[in-house]
Amino acid sequence: MAEIVVIAAHPQLQHSRITRALIAAAARSDPQRVELRDLYRRYPDYLIDTEAEQAALASARLVVWLHPIHWYSMPPLMKLWLDEVFEFGWAYGPGGRAMAGKDLWLVASTGGAESSYRPDGYNRYFFDHFLHPYEQSAALAGMRWLPPLALHGAHRVSDAELDAHAAMFAERLGSYPDWPELAELEVEAECDVPADARPPDAD
Amino acid sequence: MEHDGASWLLPSLVYLGAAVLAVPLARLLGLGSIIGYLAAGIAIGPWGLKFVTDPHAMLEFAEFGVVLMLFLVGLELEPRRLWSLRRPIFGWGSVQLFGSALVMLGVAVVAGVDWRVALVGGLGLAMSSTAIGLGVLNERNLMATSAGQSVLSVALLQDIAAIPILAIVPLLAVQGAATQASGNGWIEGAKAFGVIAAIVFGGRLLLRPALRWIARSDTPEIFTAAALLLVVATAALMQSVGLSMALGAFLAGVLLAESEYRRELETDLEPFKGLLLGLFFIAVGMSIDFAVVIAHPVLVAAVVVGFVLVKTLVLWSMTRLMPVALAERSVFVILLAQGGEFGFVVFQAALGARVIDTETSSLLVAAVALSMLLTPLLLVGADRWWAAHLLRHGSQRTLDEISEEQHAPVIIAGFGRYGQIVARLLNANGFSATVLDHDVDAVESLRRFGWPTFYGDATRLDLLRVAGADKARVFVLAIDDVEQSVEVAKLVREHFPNLTIVARARNVSHYAKLRELGVTLIERETFDSALMSARSVLELMGWEPHAARSKALKFRRHSIDLLEQMAPHFADQNKLVAIAKQGRAQLEESWARDRAQNDAQRARAGWQPPAASAAPDAEP
Repeated sequence: MAEIVVIAAHPQLQHSRITRALIAAAARSDPQRVELRDLYRRYPDYLIDTEAEQAALASARLVVWLHPIHWYSMPPLMKLWLDEVFEFGWAYGPGGRAMAGKDLWLVASTGGAESSYRPDGYNRYFFDHFLHPYEQSAALAGMRWLPPLALHGAHRVSDAELDAHAAMFAERLGSYPDWPELAELEVEAECDVPADARPPDAD
Repeated sequence: MEHDGASWLLPSLVYLGAAVLAVPLARLLGLGSIIGYLAAGIAIGPWGLKFVTDPHAMLEFAEFGVVLMLFLVGLELEPRRLWSLRRPIFGWGSVQLFGSALVMLGVAVVAGVDWRVALVGGLGLAMSSTAIGLGVLNERNLMATSAGQSVLSVALLQDIAAIPILAIVPLLAVQGAATQASGNGWIEGAKAFGVIAAIVFGGRLLLRPALRWIARSDTPEIFTAAALLLVVATAALMQSVGLSMALGAFLAGVLLAESEYRRELETDLEPFKGLLLGLFFIAVGMSIDFAVVIAHPVLVAAVVVGFVLVKTLVLWSMTRLMPVALAERSVFVILLAQGGEFGFVVFQAALGARVIDTETSSLLVAAVALSMLLTPLLLVGADRWWAAHLLRHGSQRTLDEISEEQHAPVIIAGFGRYGQIVARLLNANGFSATVLDHDVDAVESLRRFGWPTFYGDATRLDLLRVAGADKARVFVLAIDDVEQSVEVAKLVREHFPNLTIVARARNVSHYAKLRELGVTLIERETFDSALMSARSVLELMGWEPHAARSKALKFRRHSIDLLEQMAPHFADQNKLVAIAKQGRAQLEESWARDRAQNDAQRARAGWQPPAASAAPDAEP
């Protein structure tokens, strides 16, 4: 099983530029090392095979979330994946240690340019303001939140820039875990979730 | 054949034994049950095993079968339908029957035959076999096509025309026999008219109340007895004034056609009719004088070829003017060109009235029987030759592009409910497909939408080639008939490995067969629809729609996985049962596990119901 699992999600892959190029880059990597799971291709009917997903993550050290940012968040199928795969008692909560110690790396693209993600821009906040939920999700699951790779102004990116970006992504996948910035990462606080945090599941 | 008191025992043994042996054999050989009965008759008669040496007594008894048949014909007549189909029935039907009869009359008279004999022969030979015609139509699924409807119309007319023909035949008898009392002619005529009037009026007034009274006795067998009594009584009445029994029965049937007892009468009398008619054909077989046939083989052959040819010509000319699609013409012609069981009836009547002698009767019966034997062969030959002819020439507008190669990337075989949906989604997204179907009307209407559509049998390799199977990418197998579908799948896998097959499976065994051939993209035609209904039921039982959906989709996944496990073992019943049981157990187990998990969580968490203000967290 692979050391790096890339969870890719794009609702309309046929119209995608960035995500498609990055998926292609991931697909070119050594399949023994990098496993690509394209959610919209695997689950077009939104019926996620939780067991299979959990099994695929078991051996991973690095989990990559590859998707475009829609409404300051992830595409719906990605959110469904997060809700269903990171179960209470598996990814978090009592006995939920499955993802502990693994790394989470967000590789995203936005339509807005970098300049828009500023208090005086139309998105009114810096980009990492919108990443708090991601960060905290990683923390709750005991994962290490790596510095994200974001490409802004996706619609205006030239082919050359896109190729360079994809090449960088591929290189990073290849050189993990020998990334210079990893050494300087702080250890996140432990998040202790009590047993009664979740109401019982209706069936 | 006499024996103390049970003189009917031995004959019954002989007749029933002969029928039970011969008819299934004939059907197995693809020859039809009527041939079987004839063969049985020939076998037990004076020219075979000689179990029966005098067939005439049996013939008279078995004629009752014909009478019953005509009663049922009258009963099943639907005046409204007849009226709506009046043009094809009375128009084209008459053209076929009387046209053929007249031509044959002409040819025979020119050849020196007495005009009375020629007329009887012509009328009898012009009849076609309803059993064979309708049987083949059903078998090939052609009832709904224009050819099927046309065959039906002609057959209906022949049924109706049988009555006047049977009435006329005795009148043709040579002077000495019938009109011995020219003075009594008027009285005879008046008596006949009186009887018919009695039947019609008495019937209208008395029949239904009588049947109602009998039905109220609530004894089913008495109702059957009453039905038989009705037919026998009318037959007896008619015979007493020298009229045809069949005509009386037909009248009685028509009188009851619109009554509430129609269905029950049909059901009660059908088995009697079947057996007695079978007996009748056996008797006909017995009464064939083979000496005559053997003595004049050339004549018999000439008669067979001759009358089939005449009928074919008449039918062919008809198809040029009738609404019969080009590709179905050969079937139409062949199904009607042979002689039929009605012919036997006509010849027997003529023999009885001494219009024709035994020699002629034997010749004609033999000719009709031979033509019926030829029909299956002719059909097979027509399939091959005619279809090839169409492929080569295709000059008619509906089949223009058959000779041109098609290049669409998708081929759809079968354009019923299933294929149409596939085509519509493709069409809505800019794809066109080459469609193959064997219903000409569907093909015609499709062409109006601009789809290149072929009339044809997708089980033919040459047709697939012309449809572009060599270059296409996807083959949609939407044929509903399981055998045909599997045959096409085999052909495509063998000759066009470049094609990916997307198939429709009628049921699980169909699925297994396709799977065995290496087809992977198979959908069971009713499965998903049934699941949608099941979802609705769950919702009606109080489930949240989304929960119903999730459960249904999980069930779907499970079912497909189970099917994949079962498919390779389809031949082994025990293994199948074992796998199915195991699958069900697994499903129940997994649901029980889910429930247990939830209960455990509840117990562990010491769950308190959330405060009214708290928004309930949905189940992930």
